[in-house]
Amino acid sequence: MKRFAVALFSTLAFATAAHAAEYGKVLLEQSRIGFGYQQMGVSMDGSFKQFDGQLRFDPAAPEAASAVVEVELASIDTGSDEGDEEVAAKTWFNTAAFPKARFESTGVKALGGNSYEVAGKLTIKGTTRDVVVPATFTEQGGTGVFDGTLTIKRGDFSVGEGAWKAFDIVANDVSINFRIAAAAQ
Amino acid sequence: MAPNMNTHYTATAKALHWGIAVLIFGMLGLGFYMTGLSLSPTKLQIYSWHKWAGVTIFLLVLFRLAWRIGHRPPELPQHMGAIERFAAHAGHHLLYVLMLAIPLSGWLMSSAKGIQTVWFGVLPLPDLLDKDKALGDLLQTMHLSLNLILIAVLLGHIGAALKHHFFDKDDVLTRMLPRSRP
Ligand code: HEM
Repeated sequence: MKRFAVALFSTLAFATAAHAAEYGKVLLEQSRIGFGYQQMGVSMDGSFKQFDGQLRFDPAAPEAASAVVEVELASIDTGSDEGDEEVAAKTWFNTAAFPKARFESTGVKALGGNSYEVAGKLTIKGTTRDVVVPATFTEQGGTGVFDGTLTIKRGDFSVGEGAWKAFDIVANDVSINFRIAAAAQ
Repeated sequence: MAPNMNTHYTATAKALHWGIAVLIFGMLGLGFYMTGLSLSPTKLQIYSWHKWAGVTIFLLVLFRLAWRIGHRPPELPQHMGAIERFAAHAGHHLLYVLMLAIPLSGWLMSSAKGIQTVWFGVLPLPDLLDKDKALGDLLQTMHLSLNLILIAVLLGHIGAALKHHFFDKDDVLTRMLPRSRP
């Protein structure tokens, strides 16, 4: 009995140690994708309520990591119903034709400490651009948490056309901040 | 108290009265006009101007109150009865309260809606409230209601001034007008 208990314990311990190394399943309840921008000198912010992702990340082998994140653009929360409706329109995201924004990693570079650079392709409204996303990674009791902020130019993706094309009212720079939590597997 | 020998308001009091009057009439028009616009850069721009002008009015009214406390206005005409005097004082107090409460409710509304007020895009005012949609909607209703009350009180105020001028033929209106004689 005692030997059995030891064997079971060591198996469990081994299993946990071996599997804790790789993070995969995205924990949506603990994840968040938000954004910020300037509107006539005022800092505005908002978030997306629906998104999904697939991750493969092993802190011991970061170069082998990969990530895909898809954001449901119609799930935007700009802070007002009027704003939410407006950005679904053709001049903004045109969610009827382009419902999702997508990020797909092409390579991960460890910068030392818990900092990484995730290079990848960001597609919004049919336009794909190469981006480099700075991120930090922390492990908290079996959960891996990626935090980062990426600043893009909305003009690069034709987000805000027509009357919104000028950047004097709504600025060109949009910072996307994220926290993606993933379970060890 | 010693009898008050002032026959006119001070030039500063007049400038504040008419300056604020013009701004408030403009703001009433702008406020009702802008809320009917559909979302566009122009609408966002007008909202910002509305907020900046509103904060400016708030500061002017604070200065005006300080000036009022330091400078006694001319006495009300002798012919006015107790009820008329009461109505005049109550109306003036209410106007001061509204001139402060309306911009204050606007500022708090903006905070509750999660939009900080940045005066002329340069000076950020503190957000006294956290983002709270229900509270923001409530303050919006309050801002509107206070404005409707202001319009009613202004109609009374203007009506009373005209009554003094054309029926009572006293100097209540003229003593607030820019002085033509020395
Ligand atoms: C003496 C000063 C002010 C006056 C006379 C005034 C007047 C008005 C009026 C008449 C409206 C339209 C009400 C409606 O249709 O709902 C309005 C709306 C509004 N005011 Fe003011 N206002 C003043 C100051 C301010 C200030 C200081 C702010 C913010 C810092 C502000 C923010 C707003 C906003 C955001 C709305 C639009 C509410 C909506 O979206 O329906 N106001 N104002």
